[in-house]
Amino acid sequence: MKNYDTLLEKLAPRKFGKRGTVWIIFLIIIIILGLIAYIDQVINGQVVTNMRDYALWGIYISNFVFFVATSFVGSVTVAVLRLTNNTWRTPLVRIAEIITFASIVMAGLTIMIDMGRPDRLLNLFIHARLQSPITWDVIIIPTTIALSFLLLYFPLLPDLAILKKFYEKTKPKFSKWYGKLSLNWTGSKSQKSIQEKSIKIIAVLIIPVSIILQTIDAWLFSTTYRIGWDSTNMGAYFISGAFVAGLGALVTMVYIIRRVRGLDDYITDYHFDKLGKFLALACLTYLYFNINEYLIPIFTAPVEEDIHLSALVSGEWAPLFWFSQIVGLLLPLVILLFKKGRKPISMLFVGLMVVVGSWWKRYIIVIPTLLHPFLPIEGVPESWHHYFPSAHEWIITFATLAMALLIITLFVRYLPVIPIQRTADEKDMTLNKKNPES
Amino acid sequence: MEDNNPRSDSRRKFLKKLSTGSVLAATGLAFNPLSSCKDKSTKKTTLLTPDGKLVQVPNSEIEAMEHLYHGAPPEEARKGIPGKKFVMVVDLSKCKNARKCIQACDKHHNLTPDRPYIKVLEMKDNEGSSPYWLPKKCFQCDNPPCVKVCPVGATFKRSDGIVLIDNERCIGCRFCMAACPYSARVFNWGNPPEGKLNLPYSPETSLPSKQGTVAKCDFCPDMLRQDKLPHCVTSCPNGVIYFGNELEDAVTNGEETVRLSTLLRDKAGYRYMEELGTKPRVYYLPPVDRLFPFEKENSENSAS
Repeated sequence: MKNYDTLLEKLAPRKFGKRGTVWIIFLIIIIILGLIAYIDQVINGQVVTNMRDYALWGIYISNFVFFVATSFVGSVTVAVLRLTNNTWRTPLVRIAEIITFASIVMAGLTIMIDMGRPDRLLNLFIHARLQSPITWDVIIIPTTIALSFLLLYFPLLPDLAILKKFYEKTKPKFSKWYGKLSLNWTGSKSQKSIQEKSIKIIAVLIIPVSIILQTIDAWLFSTTYRIGWDSTNMGAYFISGAFVAGLGALVTMVYIIRRVRGLDDYITDYHFDKLGKFLALACLTYLYFNINEYLIPIFTAPVEEDIHLSALVSGEWAPLFWFSQIVGLLLPLVILLFKKGRKPISMLFVGLMVVVGSWWKRYIIVIPTLLHPFLPIEGVPESWHHYFPSAHEWIITFATLAMALLIITLFVRYLPVIPIQRTADEKDMTLNKKNPES
Repeated sequence: MEDNNPRSDSRRKFLKKLSTGSVLAATGLAFNPLSSCKDKSTKKTTLLTPDGKLVQVPNSEIEAMEHLYHGAPPEEARKGIPGKKFVMVVDLSKCKNARKCIQACDKHHNLTPDRPYIKVLEMKDNEGSSPYWLPKKCFQCDNPPCVKVCPVGATFKRSDGIVLIDNERCIGCRFCMAACPYSARVFNWGNPPEGKLNLPYSPETSLPSKQGTVAKCDFCPDMLRQDKLPHCVTSCPNGVIYFGNELEDAVTNGEETVRLSTLLRDKAGYRYMEELGTKPRVYYLPPVDRLFPFEKENSENSAS
C-alpha cells in the first residue's frame, strides 16, 4: 500500500513551478503574436505571405503535412503496440496519445490558415464534391480528431477516478472535476469489460483511419500532374515518413516530460532502448521509400523531372535536401544502431534531429515542385521565381507550434502522463511473481 | 464578326457611368430595364424570341434590357452558350511577341501587368531548334484537372467547352492552381488592384475580382454572348489567334475565316502536352515559315 501511495504521489498531476509558469507565458505570447499576424492576413489578404502564383502553397501546407505526420504516432505506434501486446509501451502510451491529439487538432487549424477565404469554410459542406481530395480531408480529419480523443480518454477513466479520490481532501474543486470526467468509474467488472472492449475497438479502428489520413495527405499532392508529386510512391512514402516524424516527436517529448516531472523510475533506459529500436525500424522503412522516391527516378527522369531532381540533389535546394536526409534520417539511423545511441540523452538529440529534419523534409516536398512547373516561369516579377516564408508566415508557424505545445503542456499539467492504474497493476503483478509472500 | 470598337467604347462609358454610382447600379441592373424606349404610338414591332418564334409587340411595351451584357450571373454562367463548342488556334509562326493581346486582356479584366491571364513565353523545343514565342492562356481543357480537384465546385466546365470560376463560391484553397499543369491560374493575393468595381458579379467577365479567390483566362464569354470575338483575338496585330465554334468547324482571326479541320490538318496543328490527356481546347500551329525573326525587343512591344 505504501508503494501505491508513492506511485500516486509521483504520477499525479503537479502544479506548475516557476519554470512551468514562464513556459506557459512564453507560449501564450507567441500565440498572441500569431493571432495578430493571422488577423492581419485575413484583413489584407495572403499578400502578406511570400506565396505567389507559382509558389502557391508554402509553409502553411508544409506545417499541415508535418502536423498530420506527427499525429501518426499515437494512432499507429500505440495501437499497434497494444494489439501486439508489447508491455513496454505502458509509460509511453499516454504521451503518444496526447501528441496525436494535439497534432491532429493543429493540422485541422493549419489547413484553415492556408485558406484564402476562411469566411467560406461552410462551402466545404454546402457545396461538397466527393471527388476532391480536400473533401476526403474534410471527412478524415474530424474522424481522426474524434478517434484520437477517445483513444486518449477511455484509458484515462480509471486514473480520473483515482485522482478524484486523491484530491478529495486537499483540492475538493479538482476532485469534483475529475469525478465528473471519470464518468462514475468504480472499477467494477462490467465497467472494466466495457472499457476494455471499447479501447480494443478504437485501437483497431484507428489503424486504418490513420493510414487513410496519411494517404489522403499524400494524395493531395499525387492527384496533380506536378513533377515530384505525381508519383505512385507517395502514399507509402508519407506513411513511412509519418512513422519517423511521429516517433521522433514522441522520443523528444518523453525525454522532456521525464526530465521535468522526474519520472526516471518509470521511464527507464530500457524504454528508451525499445523506443530507439522502434525508431530505427521506422528510419529504415523511410530510407527505403526515399530511395524509391529520389534515387531510382534519376535513371529514367524525363527532362522536367531531371531539372527538379538536380535542383534538389545538387542545385538551389541541395542544402535543405541533404540537411533533411542526413540530419533527419541517416544520422539518427546510424546513432540508433548502437546501444549507446539509444541511451536517454543521445535519444533526445536523435529525437530533435528527426523532428527538425522531418519539418524541413515537408518543406522540401511541397515547395520546390511548385517552382518547377512544366511551362517556364516568365513575365512575372523576379521574386516569384523563389519562395521563402515572410515574417507573417514564420510568426503564424511558430504560433501553431506553440499551440500544439500548449495543448500538450496543459494535458501534462492536469492529467497523469503515465497511466496510474495500469502501472500499479503491472507492478503488483511483477511483485507477486518474484516475491509471493509480500 | 464586325469591328467591336464602337460598342466597347459605349461599354466603357457605361462602366464609367456606373462607377460614379448611379441609382441604376444600386438597383442591380443585370435584369433591370436600363433605359426606356417606350413609344406612345400604336405601332408594333416584329421580334424574334429566343425559342425562334416571331412575335409582334406594341412599341409601347418594348423596353431596352441590359440582359447578359456583362455576362451572366453565377447560376446562369454555369450553363454555357447553347449550340457552341468554342475552340482556339494559335499560329506560332505569326507571333512576334507584340503583347497586344496581354494588354487588351489586362484592360478588359482589370488586371495589373504583373499578373496577366495571358503570358507570351519564350520557348525552345530542343538545343538545335530556334526559339519561338508561345502565347499561353487557359486551355479550357475538356478533361480539366482543375475542375476535378475543386472541393466546392467553384470552378466548372460548361456545355460550350469553357471552364470558368465562380469567385463567390471559391474558398481560396488553390488546389486548382496546383493541379493545372499549365500554370494558367492566378490568385488574388491581396485586394484587387482596381479597387471596388460597382458591377454585378459575373463569372463570365471575372469581374469584379475578389481577394482570396482564383482567377484565369475565361475566353470572354460576355463577348461571345454578343457574337463577338475575345479581346485577345481582336487586339492581335498579326492575326495570330483564331477563334471559333468547333461544331461549325470554322475559326476566324478577325480577318480570315478558315475551316478548323483543314487548318489543323494542313498546318499540323497540335495541343500542348497532348500526352497528359487533358484534352485542351487550344491548338497550336508549329512555328514554321515564320513571318518575323525571333527578337526579344521589337518596335511593337518596346513601345508599350
